[in-house]
Amino acid sequence: MKDMRKVNNPHNDDKVIDACSIFGAMDVTGRRFSGNGVIKAITNMHDRSNGLGGGFAVYGLYPAYADSYAFHIMYLNDAAQNQTEAFLKENLHILYGEKVPTKPTAGIVNPPLFWRYFAEVGNHKLEDIPDDDYIVAKVMQINTTIDDVFVFSSGKNMGVFKGVGYPEQIAAYFCLEQYQGYLWTAHGRFPTNTPGWWGGAHPFSVLDWTVVHNGEISSYGINRRCLEQFGYQCTMQTDTEVVAYAVDLLVRKHGLPIELVAKILAPPFWSNISRQANGQKELLLTLRQVYGSLLLNGPFTFIIAHQGEMIGLTDRIRLRPLTVGEKGSMLYLSSEESAIRLVSPDLDRAWTPVGGEPVIGRLGKPLPSQRELVIAGVM
Amino acid sequence: MERNKTATLATIDATSLHYRNLNAQLRDLVAGGTEKIIINNVYGQRYIGTDLNKPVEIEIHGTPGNDLGAFMDGPTVTIYGNAQDGTGNTMNDGRIIVHGRAGDITGLSARGGEIYVRDSVGYRAGIHMKAFGDKMPALVIGSTAQDFVGEYMAGGVLILLGIGLEGNQHKASFIGTGMHGGAIYFRGSIEEHQLGKEVGIAELSGEDRTTLTRLVTKFSRYFNCDAEGILKEKFTKLYPKYLRPYGQLYTY
Repeated sequence: MKDMRKVNNPHNDDKVIDACSIFGAMDVTGRRFSGNGVIKAITNMHDRSNGLGGGFAVYGLYPAYADSYAFHIMYLNDAAQNQTEAFLKENLHILYGEKVPTKPTAGIVNPPLFWRYFAEVGNHKLEDIPDDDYIVAKVMQINTTIDDVFVFSSGKNMGVFKGVGYPEQIAAYFCLEQYQGYLWTAHGRFPTNTPGWWGGAHPFSVLDWTVVHNGEISSYGINRRCLEQFGYQCTMQTDTEVVAYAVDLLVRKHGLPIELVAKILAPPFWSNISRQANGQKELLLTLRQVYGSLLLNGPFTFIIAHQGEMIGLTDRIRLRPLTVGEKGSMLYLSSEESAIRLVSPDLDRAWTPVGGEPVIGRLGKPLPSQRELVIAGVM
Repeated sequence: MERNKTATLATIDATSLHYRNLNAQLRDLVAGGTEKIIINNVYGQRYIGTDLNKPVEIEIHGTPGNDLGAFMDGPTVTIYGNAQDGTGNTMNDGRIIVHGRAGDITGLSARGGEIYVRDSVGYRAGIHMKAFGDKMPALVIGSTAQDFVGEYMAGGVLILLGIGLEGNQHKASFIGTGMHGGAIYFRGSIEEHQLGKEVGIAELSGEDRTTLTRLVTKFSRYFNCDAEGILKEKFTKLYPKYLRPYGQLYTY
């Protein structure tokens, strides 16, 4: 086991107390920007993580292959790669595959292999199911039936880069300053209940959904059992994984708007529900009855993203921090305001949202005004 | 670090400076008799001003990190910008003046001194502030607070001035949950259901008025607003109904 006292404690303290750092930046006009600002921001929160996990999600990443599924896959050995590539060829039409460019970086020790593939479903699908469902099933099959391989992301025009190290080391290792996207999320990890390993770093992803998380999901067991009934297999040994699958189920498969999904993941208290007007009360009660097993218990702040949308959400009593910054068409979400100010000193607005209420940035839509945020109950 | 010996004024450029080194510099300067320190380009350095025990003046330009002024004992810290979480954590004496907003758990466990925030604060402001003898911490908030303001408050004074409040209505819930000492004074309206089970509502006594007037006058001086106008309007007091609200929680 790594001796954290030597790695992370140059001042020789008795105890090192940290928290995760999360950061997100989105230009709602769709303008793509480099990772430099996001890397700078997450690096500023270095002290919140401890070198056991860092990661990034980027959207608008592969415009040349915008319509094909981009697979980011980690292999622990060549055998895993051979087996997985055979599986991919059998089940998908591969347009292109390559090793993800990396550079030797101090602090990145024994990295696994990283490959990316651009693929289409083509005529491989035998059943009449949506392509997305087919991809999810194949990802689950790879993660559960082939040893030493993990699919980090599988969405269109996006990708996840993550591993063991500080986020700035992961960014350097994957040369992220060279990529462009209109939406970036980032994470610095301080593992609490589960091991620090390459697959356990954030973001967690399925299709184009990604989640970065600060907190703990104590309802993991019940959430996991619920999701297993819908074909999602949890393999990453970390609680956050359930959130990626939950939003895929609720938004993509069940067609719920993210505003209602927030009421499922972080439902209002019963006392609050009882004060709502008729109609709203029935809606909230129904959500709790139908989706009670997807209620997330415990302290959390998430940044959830998929194509065209970035969502910040905390638990209903905000036991983990989240600050929102806005500047023109840029939406920033961060564990700390200082990280936002470092990349955008002159913000139009900086504020902290109400617990359990989602902060949403949508592609092609201007950021909501203060008035709209107050009416929506977020501010 | 530039230091002007005759005027005992020092300026620190905090660009890329780690908080350990920044706070070490502050300790050295204060021990050496510097009376005023200006810190520029602050981006998230934690614990600024911690364990300083002289009545020096510290001016911060930028966004200081969490636990600003933690365990501080005497300095006056003025922030030109917003403060993050845990401002004034367990401070013993001194003043923190925020020309902006402050984040969650502002005034956490403060045991003395004063905190003035021009705008609003996040969740759990004043959580477990305490008082003893002549130690009476005060947290004065210009506008409003989010949920759990005054949670487990054990002493001291917390004031919500309600300046610029939409519809004159505070929106926080669970106000004063577990409160068992001290007082909250607020201007603007709060519905019964927003209160924790452990707080009662009262009119201000003469003594409450004196405290309120003293603190609002200081607030107005720092932020250049009309104390008289604010004090003319109605304030309401929240007080703890029980000395030990959870005395029976884990027994019987």
